[in-house]
Amino acid sequence: MEKRVVFKSAWLPYALLAPQIAITVVFFFWPAIQAVYYSFLVQDAFGLSSEFVWFQNFRDLFHDSHYLASFRVTAVFSLLVASLGMSIALLLAAMADRVIRGAVAYKTLLIWPYAVAPAIAGVLWAFLFSPSIGIVPYYLLKGGINWNWIINENQAMLLVVMAAAYKQVSYNFLFFLAGLQSIPRSMIEAAAIDGATPFRRFWTIVFPLLSPTTFFLLVVNIVYAFFETFGVIDATTQGGPGEATKILVYKVYYDGVRAADLGGSSAQSVVLMLVVISLTVVQFRFVERKVQY
Amino acid sequence: MIRNSLAALAALLAFAAPNAFAQAEIQWWHSMAGLNGDKVNDLANKYNASQSRYKVVPVYKGSYPESMTAAIAAFRAGNAPAILQVFEVGTATMMAAKGAVIPVYKLMKDSDTPFDPKAYLPPVSGYYSDPHGNMLSFPFNSSTVVFYVNEDAFKKAGLDGAAHAPKTWKEFVAAAEKLKAAGQQCVYTTGWPSWTHIENFSAWHNVPIGTKENGMAGLDARFTIDTPLHVRQISMLADLAKRGMFTYAGRQSQGEAKFASGECAMLTSSTGAQANIRRQAKFKWSVHFLPYWDDVKGAPQNSIIGGASLWVMGGKTPNVYKGVAEFFNFLSRPENQMDWHVSTGYLPITMAAYEMTKKSGFYKEHPEAEVAIKQLMNKPPTANSKGLRFGNFVQGREVIEEELEAAFEGKKSAKEALDEAEKRGNEILRKFQAANAR
Repeated sequence: MEKRVVFKSAWLPYALLAPQIAITVVFFFWPAIQAVYYSFLVQDAFGLSSEFVWFQNFRDLFHDSHYLASFRVTAVFSLLVASLGMSIALLLAAMADRVIRGAVAYKTLLIWPYAVAPAIAGVLWAFLFSPSIGIVPYYLLKGGINWNWIINENQAMLLVVMAAAYKQVSYNFLFFLAGLQSIPRSMIEAAAIDGATPFRRFWTIVFPLLSPTTFFLLVVNIVYAFFETFGVIDATTQGGPGEATKILVYKVYYDGVRAADLGGSSAQSVVLMLVVISLTVVQFRFVERKVQY
Repeated sequence: MIRNSLAALAALLAFAAPNAFAQAEIQWWHSMAGLNGDKVNDLANKYNASQSRYKVVPVYKGSYPESMTAAIAAFRAGNAPAILQVFEVGTATMMAAKGAVIPVYKLMKDSDTPFDPKAYLPPVSGYYSDPHGNMLSFPFNSSTVVFYVNEDAFKKAGLDGAAHAPKTWKEFVAAAEKLKAAGQQCVYTTGWPSWTHIENFSAWHNVPIGTKENGMAGLDARFTIDTPLHVRQISMLADLAKRGMFTYAGRQSQGEAKFASGECAMLTSSTGAQANIRRQAKFKWSVHFLPYWDDVKGAPQNSIIGGASLWVMGGKTPNVYKGVAEFFNFLSRPENQMDWHVSTGYLPITMAAYEMTKKSGFYKEHPEAEVAIKQLMNKPPTANSKGLRFGNFVQGREVIEEELEAAFEGKKSAKEALDEAEKRGNEILRKFQAANAR
């Protein structure tokens, strides 16, 4: 029989839960409900007059080609961030797994960038690559490449992808390394005895066994690129040039705070809320259950 | 008993009132960083030392959009500052917020403080007045776009400095080609692309930026920036960019540093850049009128102002407003205006301050400081050149800039970009109209 600790009191469990519930309600549910409410309003900047317009804000949104373009920008951005961050991390993890001397120092150093705040990472990269004062463009120009992400869309995208992925490499590295170390040595050794090359061993044994980790990281990385890269964008391109790096989250901030269009901005955040909900469902329903050894 | 306590209350008030008077604090949120920020503190200290009933407290709240956003949020939460510095593109938003702001003409009248809008230069007072000529905000730091030339780079390219400074856009392109041929890496750059090449460009050529007197006569204005003249200007820039003669530096003042360091030989940007250029430039430079297209009738007209004005927020006590009015009166004294003009590079905004600066001999030593005001006063302003007032132009200007970037990058033609900018800009205007019409 299962052993359980049961609360006899009727109110104690609720009292113990209350702080957590209060935080969730105040910082998550309340703003979320406010966002839903505001998304049905048209209001001036100062909140002096407002009108209930039902779904007008949403209709405007999906008729706005620039909003749909922002979806595309976000998709490209997140895929690039996830694939770049994960492939570099996998490479580093595979190498770190084989290191014998100085492994701890090597691993520690690789984990450090995770402690860097996104905005700081953005500023660092912006300085390195600044068209006027950066060190990298100076050498690129010597090599005949004119680096100016202020007007070149692809270079701007490259910059924010690098700055965003850089931070995530550490996180991914940690998970990949743990995944690699949980693979039984005996299988790899058996393959080696059978004459499989290290490259072959990696693709036929290690990589498939890593798939649960990879899927988990894919979801985490996409969520990261979607929602947590605001600091990187704001510190570097601020969505430009044109709208080349205006991802959805940045557009919510821009329209709501800078452009003082609360209704439109709230409608966008409601749409984003739905995206998060569906991503979470995907993660729990499919990824965590279906991917098995 | 009641009478007694009333008497006690009256006695208390009698003591309390002068005390409260002495401590009335006036919050002033501004966006002046660095050298200009020190000057703001100077002004406040000087005023505070001159009397004892009010205390002006300047608070730096970040960039223009940031301080405006902060003030809007503070107003919604019920603790806005008494005075807020708002940049020129925020004017329409502030003006539409009746109930959130107190118009300056009303503030001055209610507090019996002398105030003469005619003391201000017409392009300045016109920008901040309603259609009936009532001044709604208090002009503070005004600037305009001027044309900077690196004379050393010109000499190297065989152009003789000031004498060869381009007057028209045709001459400008010819000079750019010469500079490029002489090996100049960055030929031309600009600050504030929309303010320079759309807003001031239109006023300078006496063509409208929008209907309804550039939005000053009503919320139902539309942008009119998709014209052959505007397309010509943006195509010229896009073409220069393609041929490596126009280096785009960003939407704000980033281009100014490229000129001051000697990297770029020509710059169009705010007069406010002068203080920094004076300090940094290790070459001979000069300031000129903006180039113009000489086949446009009436060009050059006059340029329009940028910079910011001071808005008075609602919901304060009459005593605070009395203090604000007196502080504004203090700010408008010619000696304070001149001090601000000379030390920051912003324009002298009253005739008296301009005359006073002239007499002081400052312009003899710094002729470049007078170019902007001459350009601003080139001709009496018309409906096209007295300013602009578009709802939510903070967003409208960024939309224009996004489209300009697409044109400069070569992703869109100038025509397509301006077409789209006008369309998107009009959508923003309609949304603003819907939110503020009631």
